[in-house]
Amino acid sequence: MPETTKDKAAAPAQFEPRIVAFFCNWCTYLAADLAGTTRMKYAPNVRVVRVMCSGRIDPQFVLDAFAKGADGVLIGGCHPGDCHYESGNYKTLRRYHLLRRVLHELGIEDERFRLEWISASEAEPLRAVVNEMVEQIRKLGPLHLEVPAERFAEEVEEVAVP
Amino acid sequence: MRTPEQGDGQGVRIGVYVCHCGTNIAGTIDVHAVAEHAAKLPGVVVSREYKYMCSDPGQELIKQDIKDHQLDRIVVASCSPHLHEKTFRGAVWSGGLNPFQFQMVNIREHASWVHTDKAAATEKADALVRAAVRRVRHHKPLETRRVPVKDSVLVVGGGIAGIHAALTLADAGRHVYLVEREPTIGGHMAMFDKTFPTLDCAACILTPKMTQVKAHKNITLWAYSEVKEVGGYVGNFTVKVRRKPRYIIEEACIGCQECIDACIYQTPKWPDEFNLGMSKRRPIYLSFPQAVPQYVTIDPEACIEFKSHKCKKTCVEACGDRNAIDFNQQEKIETIEVGTILLTTGFQVFDAKRLPYYGYGTYPNVYSSLEVERLLNASGPTSGEVVLRDGRKPRSVGIIHCIGSRDEKTNKHCSRVCCMYSLKLAHLLKERTGAEVYNFYIDMRTPGKAFEEFYNRVAEEGTHFIRGKVADVYPAPENDGRLVLQAEDTLLGKVRRVPVDMVVLAVGLEPRADAEEVRRMFNITCAAGGWFTERHPKLAPVSTFTDGIWIAGACQGPKDIPDTVAQAGAAAGEALSLINAGHIELEPNTAYIVEEDCSGCKTCVAMCPYSAIGFDAEKNVASVNEVLCKGCGTCVSVCPSGSARQNLFEDEEIYEEIGGVLAYA
Repeated sequence: MPETTKDKAAAPAQFEPRIVAFFCNWCTYLAADLAGTTRMKYAPNVRVVRVMCSGRIDPQFVLDAFAKGADGVLIGGCHPGDCHYESGNYKTLRRYHLLRRVLHELGIEDERFRLEWISASEAEPLRAVVNEMVEQIRKLGPLHLEVPAERFAEEVEEVAVP
Repeated sequence: MRTPEQGDGQGVRIGVYVCHCGTNIAGTIDVHAVAEHAAKLPGVVVSREYKYMCSDPGQELIKQDIKDHQLDRIVVASCSPHLHEKTFRGAVWSGGLNPFQFQMVNIREHASWVHTDKAAATEKADALVRAAVRRVRHHKPLETRRVPVKDSVLVVGGGIAGIHAALTLADAGRHVYLVEREPTIGGHMAMFDKTFPTLDCAACILTPKMTQVKAHKNITLWAYSEVKEVGGYVGNFTVKVRRKPRYIIEEACIGCQECIDACIYQTPKWPDEFNLGMSKRRPIYLSFPQAVPQYVTIDPEACIEFKSHKCKKTCVEACGDRNAIDFNQQEKIETIEVGTILLTTGFQVFDAKRLPYYGYGTYPNVYSSLEVERLLNASGPTSGEVVLRDGRKPRSVGIIHCIGSRDEKTNKHCSRVCCMYSLKLAHLLKERTGAEVYNFYIDMRTPGKAFEEFYNRVAEEGTHFIRGKVADVYPAPENDGRLVLQAEDTLLGKVRRVPVDMVVLAVGLEPRADAEEVRRMFNITCAAGGWFTERHPKLAPVSTFTDGIWIAGACQGPKDIPDTVAQAGAAAGEALSLINAGHIELEPNTAYIVEEDCSGCKTCVAMCPYSAIGFDAEKNVASVNEVLCKGCGTCVSVCPSGSARQNLFEDEEIYEEIGGVLAYA
């Protein structure tokens, strides 16, 4: 495997997974806020990108994140029936299942891509999910997507920004 | 602080501000390093750290820099955008920029407060700031949308909270729809005899307010009704209310109750809900003498006419010319348009049967506290006389605190009111019966105005206090009908067995069984236990995350009457403030279509939950109705050509964020 920037971060001691999280504004983002106000502690590996609704999450965002070096992608939305926009989370759920198969074909382990329903009051489940995911991915090791990702990134760029 | 005068060649001039938030952020994150890191990012002209960015001098800093350095984009790394996004957008605006040429980075709730490793937290803050700097360059000026707010208000739940809120709003000249599920308003408060610590008679202070509700020209009171469906959004809700049939024509009923006396069933046979089944009622009934509205109700499960259709209908006869009884009445669905909604749906008491070792439901002389309220009440099953189910007058009473509260097995929360109402019941039971009263408590919690004084008074009256939770309730070996309460007195360090005639279980407060359903219907959030969640525990205690919907009273958490009334007034005030403004400013995060790129595939049309996307057949392109669009962005994520886009959440903005958090500098 060629050296990449990621391997630098992973370097000597312990591999620190890089996880991109897409959280909806009304449920999971607020759960993360609540985890903060209640001073819960969890692994610092997750970087949150806020969207209004999990339904906004284009599968390309997930592919792009993996292509740019994410070791895992976490999607957080409102529980079924609770979507602030009525049904955005159902749409996310369908896309999630389809995308999972695509990722599987690409050799990306299931544990690296996760969809969780976490409501605004569920700070504890948020903490648990993040910690669990970080542990699982730490065991899996870095995602060696670099070689195919060179092409992958170009393709994504082509489609994403017309 | 280093402020390199450099642009990125594209004319974008970004200012970055990293907040210390005292030690809240600076304690865990090296804010200086974050600001230094940001200063090196392309496009960043100014990068500063400051103790409190939200303070006036902090905001002034942004305004001054916009002038001095011709900044056109601002990034503030501080707390959650849910807290201070508005503040900083305001500062950016007063600095002369469009408020949306701004991005906020959450390095407090999402970083400094949840991590302990300073290096890792700083690295995370760097990544988040980097993402925002890359994102913000794509921000364009946007205008907020103004949506008018309808004048009328829906109040759901006619307990003391709903009553107080409805009256406050109606007095301010707003039209209020008050919807109550039961045949009468009044809620739990109407069932109580006296209120602590003043011992005011509950009915004496409540019923005048109930009558006012009925008489108020600005209140439409729909008792025996339930909200079925809620649509729309802040300022413009459309609500469907199901009005259950009472089998009484309300306009014709004058509340004379002659029909009740005339009912063919001369002996009441059905459990009276208002007296918790401790007395019986007839198929045609009025919940209690001061019920509002004063309309009788027919129980179709009990009334023989509904079964055999052969009743002599003595009630109809008694009603005479008024003709108020209608056995064919059907439920009615009313549709109303309101601008704001107040939820005051209250609580339910803990079902003591869930803890079988206290013998509730097994031993007839074990009562729930709410049942004792009814026993003490003059309109209760015994007309206010305290007699046991076996007809005896109690000579000794044991009150057990914390039933279904502060208990790992049932509810962990303290129900807040039980200590005080137990003291009240102790006082009233002693006063009415002269019985010896024993209070078994874990801790006495009396943190309210004149509460501790009341505790002292009850103690001085000779009520016994035993600190210890009762472990078992069993019949006295003497077989004299008494029950033995066994508890470890933790002050004496001894097990005590106290025989009593009557056991009162101080049951706790719980969210209503259908709180989950209600929450979904109104699209608000619940905490784990089912209490409705307020927008902010301190600064927005009656707001919800859904604009235009407020909560008040015990549906938000256990509360006594004064606190409930205070919240109801607060919620009414919040609603009034919005109504008086006449409009609400909405985020300009709507979707739009770039017509040149649209192929007319209509994928987005089907995706929109609000039918906000129309199709222009002539041009063969989709078009977004900005008024209907709520800004979820679902259409954007499915558009195959990238022609559906979303303001504030443009594809390139999100791709830059992804790139930003992953690019390791």
